Amino acid sequence: MEERIIDVCGLSCPEPVIIVKRKLEKDCTGFKVITDQEVAKENISRLVKKMGYDIIIEEKENEYILIIEKG
Amino acid sequence: MNNRKGMIITGVIVGLLSVLLVEFGNPPNMGICVACFIRDISGSLGFHRAAIVQYIRPEIIGFILGAFIISKISGEFKVTGGSSPVIRFVISCFVMIGALVFLGCPLRMVLRIAGGDLNAIVGLFGFIFGIIYGAQFLKKGFTLGRSYKQNKTNGYVLPIVAIGLLGLIIIKPSFIFLSTKGPGALAAPISIALGAGLIVGVLSQKSRLCMVGGIRDVYLIKDFNLLIGFMSVLVSAFVLNMILGDFNVSFIDQPAAHADGLWNFLGMFLTGFGSMLLGGCPLRQTILAGQGNLDSVISFIGLLVGAAIAHNFLLAGSTSNGHIAVVIGIIVVSVIGYFNIEK
Repeated sequence: MEERIIDVCGLSCPEPVIIVKRKLEKDCTGFKVITDQEVAKENISRLVKKMGYDIIIEEKENEYILIIEKG
Repeated sequence: MNNRKGMIITGVIVGLLSVLLVEFGNPPNMGICVACFIRDISGSLGFHRAAIVQYIRPEIIGFILGAFIISKISGEFKVTGGSSPVIRFVISCFVMIGALVFLGCPLRMVLRIAGGDLNAIVGLFGFIFGIIYGAQFLKKGFTLGRSYKQNKTNGYVLPIVAIGLLGLIIIKPSFIFLSTKGPGALAAPISIALGAGLIVGVLSQKSRLCMVGGIRDVYLIKDFNLLIGFMSVLVSAFVLNMILGDFNVSFIDQPAAHADGLWNFLGMFLTGFGSMLLGGCPLRQTILAGQGNLDSVISFIGLLVGAAIAHNFLLAGSTSNGHIAVVIGIIVVSVIGYFNIEK
């Protein structure tokens, strides 16, 4: 079964975006991404919106949980 | 300020300040050059003895302190590290060597184009190809691994060193080296250079301005946000150069440049490629270093050491030693790229 949560904490730019892009190309139903970096949050948000997905961002103890769903 | 408007404002201000710094005394087409300025600092501290490029550039101090102050205010100051520090150090040395063979960091490349230096357009092609080459490693799963939270005091070291460097350039003790001729002797007044550096440091931290990121994001994810910053620097510096009569189109007799096309291309190829694997250009690395990213502090030290190696071993400009070093650099960074691909 496909992983529904991707942890990109600590990975430097642009790795988180590439990982999410690769995942979106394989899995179009949506998933969650956890990151601890503001820049990764911003970049992933821009990417997924451009690819036609919705994103909900939750902030929790220095981490962001990005919920990506098909728009 | 990670929106389009913020990026345009940042790019325009960086472009204008870069041209104005030349008017105030910095070397031509070198209002800001992260590679050249770190090289000057390296020389001023005696790490290399090229007498014409030794000066503690307040702009670099401003970048570090501007990023430090604004990130402390915004809460983005986070002390993390541990993502392949030694490999980052090696790549950064080669990023600097590539930049010094071309004679400028990616930001100066843009400023040189804005001043009419056609050699920098050759460099730009090398830079773009270097980024695309580096992107192939990232697409295949290249990673330098995760960084983790580190002891907070680590994050204060570089800003404190920057304050120490500021003290040195103000006091000018006899043990530091200061050029009396050449590019190292051309400098805007300390207060103006520091002020400009602080502004650029703050704006670059907020906007994430990155010369490598601009081209990379267009290639990898069709995102034009960072490229807009790149273009804004180019256009604003070009317009102000035109107004001031500092725009001269040619390949030859350009300030602090050589017309050896192959090595302009390959020097920037290496810089683009290495910066791609590091995750950002020398400016971005310096900004991140100011906001507590210890991996970028290591990159900054790598740039400083790379500059010393470049001048001690006569690699800067188009020299036979420099040519060999660039080829070795491309091979070494490729090997690093290959062995850090996670399946």
